[in-house]
Amino acid sequence: MAQKTFEMVQEAAQGAHKVQSEAQADSPESAGAVRALILTGFGINCEEEFAAAYRLAGAEATIVHLNQVMHGQVSIHDFDVLNFPGGFSFGDDLGSGVVLANKLRYRQNGPDGRTLLDDIRQFIAAGKFVFGICNGFQVLVKLGLLPNLGGSVTPEVTLTHNASGRYEDRWVTLRVNPKANTPFLKGIDTLEVPVRHGEGRLVIPDQATQAAIEAAGLNCLTYADFDGGATDVYPFNPNGAALNCAGLSDTTGQVFGLMPHPEAFLSAYNHPDWARRRRAGQTDEEGQGLRIFKNIVEHITQLHAAAAPAPQFATRN
Amino acid sequence: MPNTTHTIQLTLKPGQHDGDGQRVAEAAARHLGLTTGRVRSAALYTVRYPLTETQLSDFATRCLADPVLHDVRLNELTAAPGFATYILVARRPGVTDDEGTSAQNALADILNEPLDVHTQHIFSKKLYLLENDLPEADLRRIAEELLGNKLINWLEVGRVADGIRDYTPRPGGGAEAITEVISLTGRTDAELLQLSKENIYALNLEEMRAVRDYFAAPATQAERQAAGLPADPTDCELEIIAQTWSEHCKHKEFAALINYKDLETGEEKQVDSLFKTYIKDATSEVDRQLRANGNDWLVKVFSDNAGAVRINADSLFVWKVETHNSPSAIDPYGGAITGILGNNRDPLATGIGGARLLFNTNVLCFGNPEYDGPLLTGQLHPRRILEGVRKGIEDGGNKSGVPTVNGAIVFDDRYAGKPLVYCGTGAVMPMQFAGLDSWEKKIDAGDRIVMAGGRVGKDGIHGATFSSIELDETAPATAVQIGSPITQKLAMDFLLLAARRGLLKCSTDNGAGGLSSSVGELAGISGGAVVELEKVPLKYPGLRPWEIFVSESQERFTLVVEPGKMAEIAALGQEMEVELTDIGHFTSDGFLDVRFDGAPVARLNMEFLHEGVPRKILEAEWTKPAAAEPQVPAQTDYTATLTQLLGSLNICSRESVIRQYDHEVKGRTIVKPLMGATGQAPQDAAVVRFNFESWEGVAVSNGIIPRYGDLDAYHMSAGAFDEGVRQIIAVGGKLPNLTPGDGIFWSVNDNFCVPDSVYDPISNPDGKQKLAKLVRMCEALRDATAAYCIPLTSGKDSMKNDFKADGVKISVPPTVLYSMTAKMEDVRRAVTSDFKQDDDVVYLLGETHDELGGSEFYALHGQLGANVPKVDFANAKALYTLIGQANDQGLIQSCHDLSDGGLAVALAETTFGYGYGAEVELPAAGLPLATQLFSESHSRFLATVAPEDVVAFEALLGSRGTRLGRVTPDGQLTVRHAGQTVVSASTATLRAAWTNGPVNKLLGVVSKDNLSHSNSL
Repeated sequence: MAQKTFEMVQEAAQGAHKVQSEAQADSPESAGAVRALILTGFGINCEEEFAAAYRLAGAEATIVHLNQVMHGQVSIHDFDVLNFPGGFSFGDDLGSGVVLANKLRYRQNGPDGRTLLDDIRQFIAAGKFVFGICNGFQVLVKLGLLPNLGGSVTPEVTLTHNASGRYEDRWVTLRVNPKANTPFLKGIDTLEVPVRHGEGRLVIPDQATQAAIEAAGLNCLTYADFDGGATDVYPFNPNGAALNCAGLSDTTGQVFGLMPHPEAFLSAYNHPDWARRRRAGQTDEEGQGLRIFKNIVEHITQLHAAAAPAPQFATRN
Repeated sequence: MPNTTHTIQLTLKPGQHDGDGQRVAEAAARHLGLTTGRVRSAALYTVRYPLTETQLSDFATRCLADPVLHDVRLNELTAAPGFATYILVARRPGVTDDEGTSAQNALADILNEPLDVHTQHIFSKKLYLLENDLPEADLRRIAEELLGNKLINWLEVGRVADGIRDYTPRPGGGAEAITEVISLTGRTDAELLQLSKENIYALNLEEMRAVRDYFAAPATQAERQAAGLPADPTDCELEIIAQTWSEHCKHKEFAALINYKDLETGEEKQVDSLFKTYIKDATSEVDRQLRANGNDWLVKVFSDNAGAVRINADSLFVWKVETHNSPSAIDPYGGAITGILGNNRDPLATGIGGARLLFNTNVLCFGNPEYDGPLLTGQLHPRRILEGVRKGIEDGGNKSGVPTVNGAIVFDDRYAGKPLVYCGTGAVMPMQFAGLDSWEKKIDAGDRIVMAGGRVGKDGIHGATFSSIELDETAPATAVQIGSPITQKLAMDFLLLAARRGLLKCSTDNGAGGLSSSVGELAGISGGAVVELEKVPLKYPGLRPWEIFVSESQERFTLVVEPGKMAEIAALGQEMEVELTDIGHFTSDGFLDVRFDGAPVARLNMEFLHEGVPRKILEAEWTKPAAAEPQVPAQTDYTATLTQLLGSLNICSRESVIRQYDHEVKGRTIVKPLMGATGQAPQDAAVVRFNFESWEGVAVSNGIIPRYGDLDAYHMSAGAFDEGVRQIIAVGGKLPNLTPGDGIFWSVNDNFCVPDSVYDPISNPDGKQKLAKLVRMCEALRDATAAYCIPLTSGKDSMKNDFKADGVKISVPPTVLYSMTAKMEDVRRAVTSDFKQDDDVVYLLGETHDELGGSEFYALHGQLGANVPKVDFANAKALYTLIGQANDQGLIQSCHDLSDGGLAVALAETTFGYGYGAEVELPAAGLPLATQLFSESHSRFLATVAPEDVVAFEALLGSRGTRLGRVTPDGQLTVRHAGQTVVSASTATLRAAWTNGPVNKLLGVVSKDNLSHSNSL
């Protein structure tokens, strides 16, 4: 019964209509493929494009309702990368991502008092990856998984209302910190992506924390101006973030999150200037945001190849 | 014993930016002229639940407070030193409190105990501390005009030194579950009318008589006696009839018999229902033409919550546009958000239900937001309505994860009483769910009635008439509806899954009229229903049975489920945390049968209920308004005029509004409202792809030009229709049915919003003329659909858009919106409006006429004129066909439709996407210069063509294209005429005038500083 419920959730979440669901029918038995788990429910709303991004990058993407995981019907440990999409989880009513983070930290999912955060810590310790975009990034920050300098998963920084006081949808340019250590950003120098948020201003409470973040290059993405330099000037920096920072990783590089939406730039035709660029000779139909997904899929594929080729079925019941 | 009531106060730590407080200080100064000094904001949570001190402290510090941002105070309502006065904003009893609900969710998680989420334990509030010692009257102005709405909020103000007064709502109490009997027999006409008025039935005398006669009829008496009902109607029965027969639900005026006289020509005719004659029959004729040509994509029109057309063999496109005007006039935020969420429920609950929402669009009509005169009693300032509606759309769309892909804002002083708020939603549905046709609504006797989603309270009882209901502690009525996007998102996720698992037989939404309307309509399919009202879950006790039945509490769906599937659907609801309640079953005995605890509450003959309303007979008389062309002195340089037009209210940039809507969630928006490298080139229509696997998509446009109606309602309506069509042609769409079986669907919704058009010698002396305008609008609609072969698939009419107070009536101008969608076979071939490359050749497509009547140019001179633009449908169709062919050959690089401000404004706007300019030479012969520049003749475009394609393009377009000049790299716009330079401006300056117009200034997003940065391209 549990397995059936799970499959139906996946089908429904994928199938905008029949063409799409057929085209996206995953083959979960294909050995060695990178498996991405994408959470949804309770106001999360970017799960479809998140899944499309992984599929376009060659991975298997599975969308499940958070309760499927909370109630033990789906185990995150069956996957390589755990993803928190954007949206308005629980309406962002107590501050973006707060209620969801609270649920992951405190809600005990069984008689042993285990929380989903316990599972996520184990997941990371096993060398796996966690990715949050926008509201998902906010969840990771409020949970303390980012930047997690101290390793104790307690909140060290926060994301709050934009300096403008407003929600805004606009395109920005990001520059990757040369010191960034996360495989998600490997080989990327700059990136154009849309921001769509009202609470994306990173606040770092003290100098010591800021210095530690900078020293480790955890401020892996920076809002940039037209020259590619970091900027605090609105609207290039749309929210007034500390360090002009648009995204963070943890010290392992396995946990990564950002405010802007790379999953909204999977096709060149998502860019506001696509028509002029095409006239100017640009023929590549791929959106820049896809590079992040290709990076992590490729990285995990290499890890799989490097690991002992133990038969997949050996770990299954 | 733990204490049961606690207060948690969160304040920002010293040094943290208090944007909310700062905004209040700025708004008080700017809009009210009040100097507040510093303003500090704090969040308050009152917890009415037994907690130990440790539990309270843990909850406050770990769940509610952000450790980086907040200081926490427990059980003390005090202010930091330096603040003299305060404003506390709480909610009235029963008002939706999503923040409280979320806090409650968090409390359940940290306690790890189940908390009944349907009993409100946590109440959220805001506290503002003001530095200055303002008098109470000023504090109250800030509270009522900037921070809250008296209908929804409980506002406390005062001096900090006197102690901060708290307020926590206590819903409940009120009436017992009693059903009353109301006798109609023997009442005089005056008494019948009085009864209708007192109980807000909104039924006229003839209708009240019909109700009386139904109950007096021997057949009815016999049936009632047999069924154990009293001879006289119950309160619930009269409420059901009033709701079912309301103008809102029954469209009595669009169905009326109209005697129409044209006093100009002497022509007289009788219109047998506007809806049937001009909308339904017109679409049937279009469908006949389509099918004759192998285009059979029109699947469902007018008969469901939304219209459905076929995209391809596997999927349907579902499209619905509605209005939410009256609620938005009184509570702009709540009105708009329930408008969006309510309209979302229409495609969601079309056919079986479970369509996937693809996009939203909004068209808004407001009074002048810069108005600085006195307001009538109960009238909200247009600026406040604009800001509230905008915020409602932001939250309604963004929090639902549905992109707002385009829209329009129209300003006219006559919208200052009632604004118009049009909400549109497009969705995609598979052709089949679990082997059944998705668009069909089938119900058999015995199927269960299941209510899904939110609970029922006193929200929206009697819809928009709630302003007359006094809200207080003892009467927990909160007639205002506040949408809860998060509640609806959960229900929506559930519905998608339930449909795909084959658990739904069909569904509908609960909107106007609540269960009475949803169950009443569905019961028409099976032939009856039994509803057990005691099973309906309530937000709080104290509702009478009739109130439960007609309540308009939001975020609810009525589902039809086969008995054998109840267990499975209930389990799914539990898993997804959506409350499902079995409240009865369908029958086929011809009666709507409502009970409470087994006792009869209502039992109405379905045929009488749905067909028994007497038909209206209305009078219409058309006289052409007196109008003349003004003398506007000719100039030799129109640069200043163009700059002024770009900064005018109806033309200037709406960027500050657009950017607060998420227009690209789902990752499928290809043409957004603003495009180009600058992100500031306005576009004509949105283009959205359906999924990530194919390039098929849909173009979305809105045609609306109310000011032309002052000259001729026919040409206003025809022009609005053409505007919608040409916007889609501009972005690369094609007309339907040009070739056999081309499968290019078009789906159009018409939305009429008119003032009271029923003649009354005293209260509405010009009612006949207003109705004649409506008839002419409909005639134009019929002509347009026939000419373009474009079908209407759904729509709505809103008939009483008047605001009366202090002996003054503000009526909207007769307004019609045509919301158009058309299939795009390949979204990669979409065309955007902005110039793409220097040396591209600039063309005017279509013909300019001496049609400055109603133009923005005349408006700038305070004139209306006479020569209203007229559509030549045959010519227009020929041009649109040619443009489609040119696009097939890839000949067009940019295309912008000409509308407000004519050619001159279009020329400027096409330079806004990048640093290009243009050199243009207007024909010396023919029309006067000002007419060439500013006439708003329909069916015209400004297009550019690559130099190498000029020969092919001119061969194709022939005389329909006029070569004007070329795109230049220098950022200068130069227009010459008869050897003289008549416009010469830097495009950066023009863009600054457009961007710094009143809308962006008012909403305070773009300052000069900011602009200089986004200008740096």
